[in-house]
Amino acid sequence: MATETSGQSVPLRVESSGAETLLMLAGRLDDAAVASCWSKAVGAARTAQDGVRVDCAKVDFCGGAGFALLMALEETLHERRKSFAVEGLPQRFRAMYEQIDRKKLEQPEVPQREEFGLVTSVGEAVVGRVDEWRGEAEFVGEVTAGLARLGHEPRRLRLREWWVIVEKAGTNALPIVALISFLMGMIMAFQAAMPMRQFGVDIFVVNLVALAITRELGPLMTAIVLAGRSGSAFAAEIGTMKVNEEVAALTTMGLSPVRFLAVPRVLAGIVVTPVLTIYSMVIGVAGGLFVMMMLGFPLATLLHQLSGSLKIDDVLAGLIKSFFFGAVVAGVGCMRGLQTGAGAAAVGDSTTRSVVTGIFLIVLLDAVFAVVYYQLKF
Amino acid sequence: MNDEKIIGVRGLTAGYAGRVILRDLSFDVRRGEIFIILGGSGSGKSTLLKNMIGLYPAMVGEVLICGEDIVGASGENRERILRQFGVMYQGGALFGSMTLAENVALPLEECTRLPREARVLLARLKLQQVGLGEFADYLPSETSGGMVKRAAVARAMALDPGILFLDEPSAGLDPITSAGLDELIRVLSRDYGITFVIASHELASVYAIGDRAILLEGGCIAAEGKPMQLRDDPPNDYVRAFFRREPERAHAT
Repeated sequence: MATETSGQSVPLRVESSGAETLLMLAGRLDDAAVASCWSKAVGAARTAQDGVRVDCAKVDFCGGAGFALLMALEETLHERRKSFAVEGLPQRFRAMYEQIDRKKLEQPEVPQREEFGLVTSVGEAVVGRVDEWRGEAEFVGEVTAGLARLGHEPRRLRLREWWVIVEKAGTNALPIVALISFLMGMIMAFQAAMPMRQFGVDIFVVNLVALAITRELGPLMTAIVLAGRSGSAFAAEIGTMKVNEEVAALTTMGLSPVRFLAVPRVLAGIVVTPVLTIYSMVIGVAGGLFVMMMLGFPLATLLHQLSGSLKIDDVLAGLIKSFFFGAVVAGVGCMRGLQTGAGAAAVGDSTTRSVVTGIFLIVLLDAVFAVVYYQLKF
Repeated sequence: MNDEKIIGVRGLTAGYAGRVILRDLSFDVRRGEIFIILGGSGSGKSTLLKNMIGLYPAMVGEVLICGEDIVGASGENRERILRQFGVMYQGGALFGSMTLAENVALPLEECTRLPREARVLLARLKLQQVGLGEFADYLPSETSGGMVKRAAVARAMALDPGILFLDEPSAGLDPITSAGLDELIRVLSRDYGITFVIASHELASVYAIGDRAILLEGGCIAAEGKPMQLRDDPPNDYVRAFFRREPERAHAT
């Protein structure tokens, strides 16, 4: 019996004479050819009554895939305790074939991970978390000390690099902050104007927008944009430095990575966020006024209403928060960057964690401020 | 080795961001030879190699791989040219989230129709060829720099390409591992007729394996010929200084 595969370049003939099976390979044994005859060849080896002989006399080229096929046949027959022989393989390929260490091709058994009990697992998790908190507390302390030291010796700030950070985190964020704030003001004014018009009090939409934008949404939206833009950028930049051992180089030079990398970024966050927040407040209120003008109110009336309703306290309440938001967003970005493990995936993880932690802390801090302002009647 | 030209570089001028690094280079690589690109640090070896594999577009000139220009190629045409060669990058460029075997099996998975069983076996075979049979299930981060390089060679060879480009294969390896890699290159060249283009400045390795070499200086070809011949009969001062490992000021004076 003899059959031939439909493979373009490697005809595989399978001949069964008595109990022995003869596989005849010919032509180029490259990946395409082997792919076309693999299952047939291995199938023949699995069903061969007795041993298998492979005739390779007409093989012109035997690539890695060809050797893999021969190895698979050999392994199959070895497991079945049948004889296997390769004949006629050209000398240059035979040498390579004989060099293959069969033992090392076997897949080693994956060692079982040691199973820990519940108590050990919980204990490990707690110790790990406490260690992380301690590291984070140390980071906060070191950044605070670094900022204090800068206050004493401002010349220690590497102004040119710091200015680049300020430009990237601040100036470059102006368009997106403006867009989001303007839209936020517009949406809020529009949504509020419709129900309030039913009661004839739609002029008070100006009070509502001004209060909400200055006290809450201006600082909050700016901080969230900053967490997404700059916090993540800090984490990715410092994380990559960590992976490339640049952070280790700083340490061995006797420079503190926190003071060298984190302090300038946190300072930039503290400086930039309030400025962006004021900008966001102005644009947000303008967005609200724009909608009111569309609804038929003259600008002079709106400005009069605005000046009567907006208090300096509202703006200050928003501004004070923004200093803390800036410090938190930049600090979290740098901290996550410095916590980066090994490999490219670790940088991605740090970036994600910086944004998630940043936004969570901003909202948490905002809630704390709400309670504190309420108690202080601010 | 025969006289058939498998790679042709014609009037190649290349660089980055408007800065010219390579100036009007022209040379050929013959089928089956081990061709070495020599040069000091910053002489443009890696830039030349990256231009030859089409990673950076040339400013002027062409790079012919098996008669087809890789510089202007796109789509399927480019893919066909890319299948002709494998590349080992200086740092290995293995994917950190995959084991060595998975790294080697990746091109097999994406570019061939081999069944899984065959891919696994083939990946292990290739790793064994570079002496890493026992480390197939290790992650790159769990292995040494030399092992990563050897695994990268195995990955470059996964599809049995006719040409292998190696960027600094011996750099950072111990003498025994380096000699093992040289031996592997020789065997692959001899038995499989693979053409090698190797950017290197490891002279011991170059003498051991190089059939022909060009020496780059300041983005131009300072000399071309057999490495031993260039060492014994240097055509100019720079070539002599390079092969005799003389410090820069010695040949400047």
